Amino acid sequence: MTILAIDTSNNALGVALFDEDRVLGEYITNMKKNHSVRIMPAIHTLLKDCDRAPADLTRIVVAKGPGSYTGVRIGVTIAKTLAWALNIPLVGVSSLEILASGVGRYFNGYISPIFDARRGQVYTGLYQYENGSITTVEQDKLVMLADWAEKLKTSIKPILFIGNDLAIHQEAIQTIMGSQAVFAAVTEHNPRPSELAILGKNQPGEDIHSFVPNYIRLAEAEAKWLEAKGQM
Amino acid sequence: MKKDLLIMGIETSCDETAVAIIKNGREVVANVVASQIESHKRFGGVVPEIASRHHVEQITIVLEEAMNQAGIRYQELDGIAVTEGPGLVGALLIGVNAAKALAFAHNLPLVPVHHIAGHIYANRLVTEMKFPLLALVVSGGHTELVYMKEHGHFEVIGETRDDAAGEAYDKVARTLNMPYPGGPHVDRLAHVGNPTIDLPRAWLEEGSYDFSFSGLKSAVINTVHNAEQRGEVIQPEDLAASFQASVIEVLVKKAERAVDEYGVKQLLLAGGVAANKGLRKALEETFGDKADVELVIPPLSLCTDNAAMIAAAGTVMFERGKRAELSLNANPGLDIEKYND
Ligand SMILES: [Zn+2]
Repeated sequence: MTILAIDTSNNALGVALFDEDRVLGEYITNMKKNHSVRIMPAIHTLLKDCDRAPADLTRIVVAKGPGSYTGVRIGVTIAKTLAWALNIPLVGVSSLEILASGVGRYFNGYISPIFDARRGQVYTGLYQYENGSITTVEQDKLVMLADWAEKLKTSIKPILFIGNDLAIHQEAIQTIMGSQAVFAAVTEHNPRPSELAILGKNQPGEDIHSFVPNYIRLAEAEAKWLEAKGQM
Repeated sequence: MKKDLLIMGIETSCDETAVAIIKNGREVVANVVASQIESHKRFGGVVPEIASRHHVEQITIVLEEAMNQAGIRYQELDGIAVTEGPGLVGALLIGVNAAKALAFAHNLPLVPVHHIAGHIYANRLVTEMKFPLLALVVSGGHTELVYMKEHGHFEVIGETRDDAAGEAYDKVARTLNMPYPGGPHVDRLAHVGNPTIDLPRAWLEEGSYDFSFSGLKSAVINTVHNAEQRGEVIQPEDLAASFQASVIEVLVKKAERAVDEYGVKQLLLAGGVAANKGLRKALEETFGDKADVELVIPPLSLCTDNAAMIAAAGTVMFERGKRAELSLNANPGLDIEKYND
């Protein structure tokens, strides 16, 4: 069994190879650079360094969003095409869940991964570890950060926030939630592609043809069109 | 015996997801096009983000259909050709990344293709090219005269300075309240009308092979506007016929002058507007009885965006040794003269 995990949903670019119960290799950068130029060479290098060929792959796991529309699409397009061309299963995992998966294992409370979505909005969800495995408490969504923090304040559990975009929102969260809010260390903010591999390891394969990113949001033109249609 | 050369082409530069497989650069083995036009109609034009989303939905379906049509295995392919640009960046990215993943999965050479080179090479699926030749490229995004002294070498001798001919067609169609895409509607209407309205022809400077259609477009809009203010009724079919006559006269006259000056053996028509019946007829009338130059017009299905043309151009570039690395990116503003090998 050799799993290839791919995450290009935000600035961080991640690729991992997972073999049976071992992380064979992992490549992460956190740079505002072009994923389209770098992701295939990164996959190529990682496989080569780990003495694996494309034909050795038994499963592809991809971060399916939310995140940058273009970024998620690059990862999903490559994952779909590889899985179809190699005739192996494809699994999609929430890009937010990958972040929660790493730190949540050792935290007694809820985890809220944060991706900035501009104009005070964030993509987030709520996760928790139960009996050693991660569960979704609240589905991934697009919300105003302030509304989200106010809502979480009503919970009795501590909330762990994580993500590279936390720098933008940490102060606002702190102000609203006080000591109930816990913030992950800077070394935890890049999503680990090996966590992505583990999350998708035992899930049933998706239908490759119909698999699409989870954008959360409709395309702007589509939303406006539906709104106009509703008003007629 | 020489082995057949099988090249796959992938095209996603605008609103068609297309995959084709071509044998020896000339024979179509598979040709699949998934059009998004029905989805974009409601917006009156192609919406880039929605085009990108549709490409992701379609890409492996179209790949599979093309492989099934060809009835071959990946090991039999010699290379993957893909449109690198120009086009919509988000749309191009889907084809480019799918092509790279395929090339990686099956260890196949990757060949980058310029979209307009593709349109020109659609003609090679009709008849063998004879050099030197001239291509009249007319589409929604391009209007240019391309001179080719040999395979893989493109020299732009004239291009539009503002709107592409196809853009002008769409805008005129909108002025006449016709649905998107307007080009075919204007063409149809022009056939029942008479060119009775005097509209300008942009010849530009003496000897120039460049084009300009924004003045003509404005003249059409002004004509409609002025008539409305005077309470007069303009026959839309006559306006369409007059507009079309102006576009075609400029295209054909400039092509004719370039054919003579450059002494080419062939004139190729390329691009989506090559489907225009009025343009086809005018070119046939002008070049039909010229013994020294052969006029080539591809069938409609090869004029609009497709991947057979990308595989056809990709085959020639493959034979000339053009290759891309796995770092290949989408290049929305790719210049055809920089694409020369
Ligand atoms: Zn085109």
